Amino acid sequence: MADEALFLLLHNEMVSGVYKSAEQGEVENGRCVTKLESMGFRVGQGLIERFTKDTARFKDELDIMKFICKDFWTTVFKKQIDNLRTNHQGIYVLQDNKFRLLIQLSAGKQYLEHASKYLAFTCGLIRGGLSNLGIKSIVTAEVSSMPACKFQVMIQKL
Amino acid sequence: MSRQANRGTESKKMSSELFTLTYGALVTQLCKDYENDEDVNKQLDRMGYNIGVRLIEDFLARSNVGRCHDFRETADVIAKVAFKMYLGITPSITNWSPAGDEFSLILENNPLVDFVELPDNHSALIYSNLLCGVLRGALEMVQMAVEAKFVQDTLKGDGVTEIRMRFIRRIEDNLPAGEE
Repeated sequence: MADEALFLLLHNEMVSGVYKSAEQGEVENGRCVTKLESMGFRVGQGLIERFTKDTARFKDELDIMKFICKDFWTTVFKKQIDNLRTNHQGIYVLQDNKFRLLIQLSAGKQYLEHASKYLAFTCGLIRGGLSNLGIKSIVTAEVSSMPACKFQVMIQKL
Repeated sequence: MSRQANRGTESKKMSSELFTLTYGALVTQLCKDYENDEDVNKQLDRMGYNIGVRLIEDFLARSNVGRCHDFRETADVIAKVAFKMYLGITPSITNWSPAGDEFSLILENNPLVDFVELPDNHSALIYSNLLCGVLRGALEMVQMAVEAKFVQDTLKGDGVTEIRMRFIRRIEDNLPAGEE
């Protein structure tokens, strides 16, 4: 229980630290996102290895996505993904209606523009986890009203 | 057959590994961002301070600890309640100074360094320096200025990991501490 507080505080401090040391502007903002995303990627790789060392082999892509939505998400964010949708052609949309890293932010529209700062690490986390399960992907996130968040996973065919 | 979800101790272990791995990714990134280990150490301490000033609120809300009456009692709370609550370890308290203003925390194991080895070109890196900042920030919020530093570290080949704590002064004013 208490160690969750440590991760949340560490994540917030990482976001703050990355943006504080950056300048203003589009290019610099992109650099911050990349930095946070690559940290998340590395953590996602490590975490999925720890997580799946005793599990059975996944039978297909959808099975992997379900694992991410249930077991992985519950461990990291303390609840399951609320909704998983797919077009069965390699695009998956994961909807979390109360995303853990956003619930401490104001629910109004005032800080909506800052929400993306708190999503980059998690995009990397998903991409890193999938990478170590043999899936290459592009992950993007969007928030239209706090604290709900949509992660779109585009699986890339090799 | 659905895959059995993790429960209880397994889930708790995964949670703590999430923190450990995230911390490792942070240190790696800071080593890329800064040119030398001393700057990384300073940044870890600074980030730890900012975490500490917030963590103390969580700690006081969660525990039933009342006001500590002296530094010896503070040491007990840090080692037996706070470290246990957040890192799952209970350091030993030792090496008290005769004046009672300095002591050491001996960490038999340090969960932050699971999965970690230090390369030769980072010999001056104090890998877990975030902890010193956290301690300093948290104690400042309860009106205690302290110095905290690593004097032994298993990552550097020492037998144990030791944090030396020194009481500087009681902080008189009641203004909230600002971020560094």
